[in-house]
Amino acid sequence: MFLEFDQVGKKFKDKENGEFEVFSDINLSIERKEFVSLLGPSGCGKSTLLSMVAGLEKSTAGAISLEGEKIKKAGPDRGMVFQQASLFPWLNVRDNVTFPLKSTMSKKEAEERADHFLKMVHLSRFKKHYTYELSGGMQQRVAIARALAMDPKLLLMDEPFGALDEQTRHILHDELIKVWEETQKTILFVTHSIQEAIKLSDRIVVMGTRPGRIIADFKVDIPRPRSRTDARVVELEEQVMDLLKDEINKVLKEELENEVEYTY
Amino acid sequence: MKWNILIKRILFLVAVIGIWQLIFTSGLLEEIVFPSPISVGEALYNGFTRGDFFSALGASFKHLFIGLSMAIAFGTLLGVILGKSKQADETAGMYLIAMQSIPSIVWVPLAIMLFGFSEFAVIFVVVLGGTFVMGLNVRTAIQSVPPQFKRAARTMGTGGLRMFFRVEVPSSVPYFMTGLRLAWAFSWRALMAGELLSNGPGLGYSLAYAQDYARMDQVVGIIVIIGVIGAIVDQFVFSKLEDNVRSRWGLA
Repeated sequence: MFLEFDQVGKKFKDKENGEFEVFSDINLSIERKEFVSLLGPSGCGKSTLLSMVAGLEKSTAGAISLEGEKIKKAGPDRGMVFQQASLFPWLNVRDNVTFPLKSTMSKKEAEERADHFLKMVHLSRFKKHYTYELSGGMQQRVAIARALAMDPKLLLMDEPFGALDEQTRHILHDELIKVWEETQKTILFVTHSIQEAIKLSDRIVVMGTRPGRIIADFKVDIPRPRSRTDARVVELEEQVMDLLKDEINKVLKEELENEVEYTY
Repeated sequence: MKWNILIKRILFLVAVIGIWQLIFTSGLLEEIVFPSPISVGEALYNGFTRGDFFSALGASFKHLFIGLSMAIAFGTLLGVILGKSKQADETAGMYLIAMQSIPSIVWVPLAIMLFGFSEFAVIFVVVLGGTFVMGLNVRTAIQSVPPQFKRAARTMGTGGLRMFFRVEVPSSVPYFMTGLRLAWAFSWRALMAGELLSNGPGLGYSLAYAQDYARMDQVVGIIVIIGVIGAIVDQFVFSKLEDNVRSRWGLA
């Protein structure tokens, strides 16, 4: 197996309740070149799970392994794109993309590679610009180019389009699919949008909350590009929506109860 | 700068000098306590043409340059230690704020007792004037590196010294610039306090000297010089630098 989650669990230390379990016993296998979405309501731990694959967060139980090797810390074999582009404002676009390459290759090589990926995300014209001169969508494309330029085995995306407007998001969806087809990367994509998950992925792993767990695993066998009005898309959307409804209600109910506790 | 703003400012200055001249001509105040704008102008002119003010300015800038450079170096070192080590910050951070709140003129008697009426005593006061404010700003700079930058850098295989020099240091530059501007401002004030009570040379000493000889025209003239230099350096050097950095870093 390419990426394997083996009984992964995470507990946080909590001041009031002692310990808080985000999720436990997560088992999941992901194939090479697969585009997998982790979908779930807030609080289900999908972003935490992704951070664990990145090596930014440690699991408290079980293990995650990439090509048979246990993940222990962050490394350039797993590129990550965050919800906030997290580009360095003191570097121009091209230098942002070459940042992770500087230690492993010559300057010329790094720049050629950066230019290649900037072209892939249609930003060749902006390589001398600074990040404050770019729109949110452009910044996110630079972040994608930066992650890809490291030639990672795995591309991790944590709600990368969550902060963008609808229009831009659709454009970037199409671009991401093109980039994915061109680079043949394995992508693990975290989102809370059912439509986004259906539009993009080969497979949707639906997570529930309190406790966080996997409640369903859908294969999406609909040819791309997928239209929102396609009968199969609509059907799948309803199916996932039904699954998530109970989970979302659970979160709402709990939040309301907390509200009541605080009020009185 | 827009022309109309410049004109407003010039008109304001003209009005102030006009009122000043009016009060002088009214004869309400003796000339010894209230010199005319013209005599102040003459004092300035004479001071510069005879070279007295130039040598005083030169000495002052020498003290400032040495003192401020040391303040920046010590302050940066202090700030990096407190910013990087939680232990150090919990232990000593509060005392840095306490030290910062001491007006620099308070250090003058201590400096004179330690080093006598020497230029070194003046420089000592300037160093103390700038170090703490620099340290506080560098500490804030290091502590406010966005965690998101560090997380992103880690996923790109960055850690250790490379993380410090390639991510934390450049990310701190805007606060560092604020630190520079404030360190300059505090050092400049400390310099005048120190020189006022020193045995010269320096602008502050010239001021005390003019006072001793009851030369109110020179006293006012030197105050004008001190104010103009402070404003020019702040506006055209440090504020400009800070604004440029902040806009480049996407903060303004």
